[in-house]
Amino acid sequence: MNDASPALAEIAHARGIHKTYHTPGGEVPVLRGVDLSVRRGESVAITGESGSGKSTLLHLIGGLDAPDDGALSVLGTDLRAADDTARATLRRNGIGMIFQQFNLIPSLDVRANLGFQARLAGRFDAARAETLARDLGLSALLGRYPEQLSGGQQQRVAIGRALAGNPPLVLADEPTGNLDEATGDAVAQLMLALVRQRGSALVLVTHSARLADLCDRRVHLRAGRLA
Amino acid sequence: MNARRAGLVAALLLAALPGAAQERGFAGLGGDNAGYALPDRARGLTFPRDHGAHEDFRIEWWYLTANLRGEDGRDYGVQWTLFRSALAPEGPLQGWAAPQAWMAHAAATSPDGHHFAERFGRGGIGQAGVTAAPFAAWIDDWQMAAPEGAAGIDRLRVTARGGDFGYDLSATAHGPLVAHGQNGFSVKSASGQASHYYSQPFYDIEGTLALPGGEVKVAGQAWLDREWSSQPLDRSQRGWDWIALHLDDGRKLMAAQVRGDAPFLFGSLIAPDGTVQPLRQGDLMLDAGRGSPPTRWRVRVPGAGIDVTIDAVNPDSGMATSVPYWEGPVTVEGSSRGRGYLEMTGYPAR
Amino acid sequence: MTTGRLARWRLVLGALVSHWMRRPLQLAMLLAGLMLATALWSGVQAVNAEARASYATAADRLGTGALPRLEPAGGQALTTADFVALRRAGWQVSPVVEGRLRNGTARVSLLGIEPVTRLGLTPAANDGGDASAGPGPQADLGAFITPPGQGYATAATARALDGADLRGLAIVIDADAPPNTLIVDVGIAQGLLGMGENLTALVAATAQPPGAPPLDRIAPHLTLSDPQAGSAADPAALTDSFHLNLTAFALLSFIVGLFITQSAVGLAFEQRGGVLRTLRALGVPRAEVLALMAAELAVAALVAGAAGIVLGWAMAAALMPGVAATLSGLYGADVAGSLQLRPGWVLSGLGMALAGTALAGARGLIQTARMPLLAAGMAAPWAQATARGLRLQVIAAGVLVLALPLCLAVGGLVGGFAALACGLLAAALVLPAVLDAVLRLAATRARGVLTGWFVADTRQQLGGLSLALMALMLALAANIGVGTMVGSFRSTFTGWLDQRLSAELYVTARTEDEGRAIRDWLATRADAILPIWNAEASLAGQPGRIYGVADDPTYRDNWPLLAAAPGLWDSLAEGRAVLVNEQLSRRAGLDIGDRIDLPGGALPIAGVYSDYGNPSPQVMMGLDDFGHRFPDAPRLYQAVRVAPDRAGALAAGLADRFDLPASAIVDQSQAKRVSLQIFERTFAVTAALNVLTLAVAGIALLTGLLTLASIRLPQLAPVWAAGIPRRRLARLDLLRTLLLAVATGAFAVPVGLGLAWMLLAVVNVEAFGWRLPMDVSVPLLARLGAASVLTALAAGALPALRLARITPGQLLRVFADER
Repeated sequence: MNDASPALAEIAHARGIHKTYHTPGGEVPVLRGVDLSVRRGESVAITGESGSGKSTLLHLIGGLDAPDDGALSVLGTDLRAADDTARATLRRNGIGMIFQQFNLIPSLDVRANLGFQARLAGRFDAARAETLARDLGLSALLGRYPEQLSGGQQQRVAIGRALAGNPPLVLADEPTGNLDEATGDAVAQLMLALVRQRGSALVLVTHSARLADLCDRRVHLRAGRLA
Repeated sequence: MNARRAGLVAALLLAALPGAAQERGFAGLGGDNAGYALPDRARGLTFPRDHGAHEDFRIEWWYLTANLRGEDGRDYGVQWTLFRSALAPEGPLQGWAAPQAWMAHAAATSPDGHHFAERFGRGGIGQAGVTAAPFAAWIDDWQMAAPEGAAGIDRLRVTARGGDFGYDLSATAHGPLVAHGQNGFSVKSASGQASHYYSQPFYDIEGTLALPGGEVKVAGQAWLDREWSSQPLDRSQRGWDWIALHLDDGRKLMAAQVRGDAPFLFGSLIAPDGTVQPLRQGDLMLDAGRGSPPTRWRVRVPGAGIDVTIDAVNPDSGMATSVPYWEGPVTVEGSSRGRGYLEMTGYPAR
Repeated sequence: MTTGRLARWRLVLGALVSHWMRRPLQLAMLLAGLMLATALWSGVQAVNAEARASYATAADRLGTGALPRLEPAGGQALTTADFVALRRAGWQVSPVVEGRLRNGTARVSLLGIEPVTRLGLTPAANDGGDASAGPGPQADLGAFITPPGQGYATAATARALDGADLRGLAIVIDADAPPNTLIVDVGIAQGLLGMGENLTALVAATAQPPGAPPLDRIAPHLTLSDPQAGSAADPAALTDSFHLNLTAFALLSFIVGLFITQSAVGLAFEQRGGVLRTLRALGVPRAEVLALMAAELAVAALVAGAAGIVLGWAMAAALMPGVAATLSGLYGADVAGSLQLRPGWVLSGLGMALAGTALAGARGLIQTARMPLLAAGMAAPWAQATARGLRLQVIAAGVLVLALPLCLAVGGLVGGFAALACGLLAAALVLPAVLDAVLRLAATRARGVLTGWFVADTRQQLGGLSLALMALMLALAANIGVGTMVGSFRSTFTGWLDQRLSAELYVTARTEDEGRAIRDWLATRADAILPIWNAEASLAGQPGRIYGVADDPTYRDNWPLLAAAPGLWDSLAEGRAVLVNEQLSRRAGLDIGDRIDLPGGALPIAGVYSDYGNPSPQVMMGLDDFGHRFPDAPRLYQAVRVAPDRAGALAAGLADRFDLPASAIVDQSQAKRVSLQIFERTFAVTAALNVLTLAVAGIALLTGLLTLASIRLPQLAPVWAAGIPRRRLARLDLLRTLLLAVATGAFAVPVGLGLAWMLLAVVNVEAFGWRLPMDVSVPLLARLGAASVLTALAAGALPALRLARITPGQLLRVFADER
């Protein structure tokens, strides 16, 4: 995998990214020439007002969407040229994704959800999963189903799912947006600690200044550009 | 509805006709003969009476084979056969109640084609039958009959038609009738089974063959066999090989073997003037070539200096009729040259 | 890739399938829907296949299934000499003698065949396959053809012939013989039927050898009928309608079953939309997600299909005896009452299950394929009806309605059924729009907050329930339609029986002498003796029967005439005219005043009478005229008029005096009972299918309701929060289901009656040759109304119970999840 290459210090590289949404109400330009570089092990917070394009940028980096213009390369994959399968491969093997709505698989229990992406990527390690569950405080909940968990518990499962395969890049989209402040803080701390412990790079979108301050670097999106 | 199902019953009953019941000897010829007339060494032959049907005997046939040369220079063979099978030892001769069933086969063979057809008929109603004088044998629109005014069977007109072929031939005999065995009493097994058997091997024949490729005028020689019995085969006998040859020196040779635990051979060597020399076990040797049925044979009559090999004109001359067998023209090479017919029955289906 | 693709597929498939494990009821719905659909379809197919195979058994074995027939035209004779002449000319034909034997009241078909030429008609005879298949133990051609001969018959037929005078004929029991038929040699048959040298027909090889002279040169009085043209005498032509009828029902059931599948599959896709998105976000390519979902559906289809085939098999096995009885009773076609497993049938069942699942799952798969990875807001749930969707359905319905007259114009049975399909589908499509309109109207009238909410909420749910309601409507309409048809049939038939079986006793003599003696004996004891002689004849090119009847008030007052010329009975008695049955009139296009060719000369038609349950043409003429035309017809059968209270004693006296078997004397009530039995059986199969269809519709409704129950919690929660208790909500929900079912039922009434009209006036005429007056039965409608309410109750109970027992926490979560 690309993360095995020691020469690659730059994990994500974006230059001149443009993205416009076509809506029935007309064209909505969201990103107008964004440049961003994320290095190995680095944590970057993207902040900005609602509608500033934070999530869009994150989705582009995660290969969930394609830019209209500009150069975008993540873990050596040129995302402007990649097709659905190539982007899926990148997401599966290189990226851990944490969503605001957790997006757990409701019909699988916590244990299965935790190991899901690692298994998908073929990197599941039972001992590592065990440790991770303990670190996340989920050991007692492994047999439960998502609907039986609180929001904070669900987000901890989602974080565990993203990290279990040790991906070189973790993307988090408002990971604490659905949690109350206290829970959100605790979860965010835990996430950052675990990401650092594993040496993964982290890009997170948030409008919580406190969360952003916990990251190595903070970029602000305004009017479609990084400031 | 019901009429369709009637076919089942028909099939059921037809299995009792000369067919299928192979375990009773070939084509049922080894079966029960209770109540039927039996061949009699002292009976002799009487003409024209014996040209006709012998309803009190169980089975009987009128069997004509012809070796022909077409105006196109090719060899052809023609077969016209009418079988009679009595279903009961006695019964009325007229009407549906007459216990007689008839079956006929016609074939025309060329080096690259073999066409045949089969007909069935009931006795007593005129659909099929044989009259002795004037001679006529017929089933449906097939017939072998003396032309008007002709006595006996010295002159015959032979016609038949199948789905993809037909023929219309006229034959004239240039020699006498020939009685096989002892005055026409022909023994067929070591245990004494026998039949009444005579032939007219001296026909010149000509006419027209209609084949899928068109009509062709033909001329050649023909051989008529007449045989009737009630049980010509022993129970253990499985089939026979029968050979009738027209040798170029004017002699005719009938050689046959009935295959059983040990083959039973018999034959007749017929001089150009019709004198018959019966051939028995020891006078005659038949050696089959390869294949089943074997379409090449070595035929030897040491006492007469005959050592010939016969070869089928068309090895694919199987008769896929209700009782399958092989019947086709052959060429003769060796000590004598000539042509003839080969018939083989009771071989396992290929 | 280092990752084992197979392992990944297993993982993803596991995630997809885990949905079903968490929702076993939904899985059960999906499987049950598919299984029932397949079961109904394949069950009926099995019945059909078995019946068809029965007709064709002999035909298949010998290739004689569709042999052309040569028959004498217009009363001329066909003799053995004609047969021989044709054979000698090269025609490959075989003679047939057909007739009927009577033994007391038992009638057995006598079939004379000529086995030797018969088998020579087809090349199949030459492969010897039949002989090796093992014929009966003592098949003996000689014994068969030489008098007294042998007759082949089943044991049952042999029993029916017990004691009959068959001139010493030996009966060979043959389980394969056609039911109620004695097969003998053609010569024996001529003797038994006293036909002299006459034959009924010749069957001919399909391909005649070239060079045979044309028929009009050898036998100009014979006409060749092509069996492919489908004469009325062919059971296939008659029974085809019955099978088509069953197939139409099976297809309807299958469609109803698909409604269930469709809602279960649709719900599954809907509920798993988030999971699918998550899976793709986690790096599963779209193509793999689609392939795995399709595979999941295919497995479900195969499992449910296999179960459905087993169920269908069981159903067919249970229905088969009824079908066999129907076919033999109504059409005289004989079918074995047992079932055989046919690979083609299994494959067709699995194929239908797969095709049905594909149809039901196509929408979900397409939506999944198009689903954007990033959800830009919630897409409209599948269960929500859109105004545009309703409009489209109405337009489609309009097109179907326009196609309806076109189908009728095509005519024939197929046209009739196509028109039926168009009408039913159009009605189903238009149903949601109609219900929506009704609810819109109700909304304007609604007073009170709760009522207003109730109506609005019902309207909103219409989309989710529309499929199920359409299924219910179709099931009800089919029930009404078929029920009305059966009811009309039964009442008409009963009335007709009363008219037709007006004499008190019917007596069959064993011999003509005995018949004469019976009439002499009765002369002083009965009020009237009405001889009924009959003979078989070719009527308008089809085999039929001619009756000679006495001039008597029994006929004048009671005979079920559909049309009559003035002075009808006088002209009949004087031999100046005849009556024809409705079948003959319709098939040959003959009406009053037209002349009909009869043996011994044509006569004008003076009347048409109804003759239910008889597929063959029939003619009635005066007794004297009949005697002149058919001097050889056996004179064995007579009706006896006597005071009803004396009928029993007279019957007993007759039996004593002439030592008649019980079956030789039939009293009116007994005859009516037997006749009615036949018709009850005819429609037993249809009734069974009706019940099953309704059950399937009930399950569809249940599925729809369960689907909605999970979706509409957010809509119920605020109402609950506003102070309506859960029990009341549940009651309202059940009430809603009932109201929708009742509305659907009301809509189904005209649709069902239309269906009944089509069945009676179009399909029935095409299939049977007679038309029935439509008899709308209010009890039937009431019964079906109750059935629809019951179905709704059964379907609505579980969702309502669940709602009543829902925890406040679950309702509260709606607010917690609300964003």
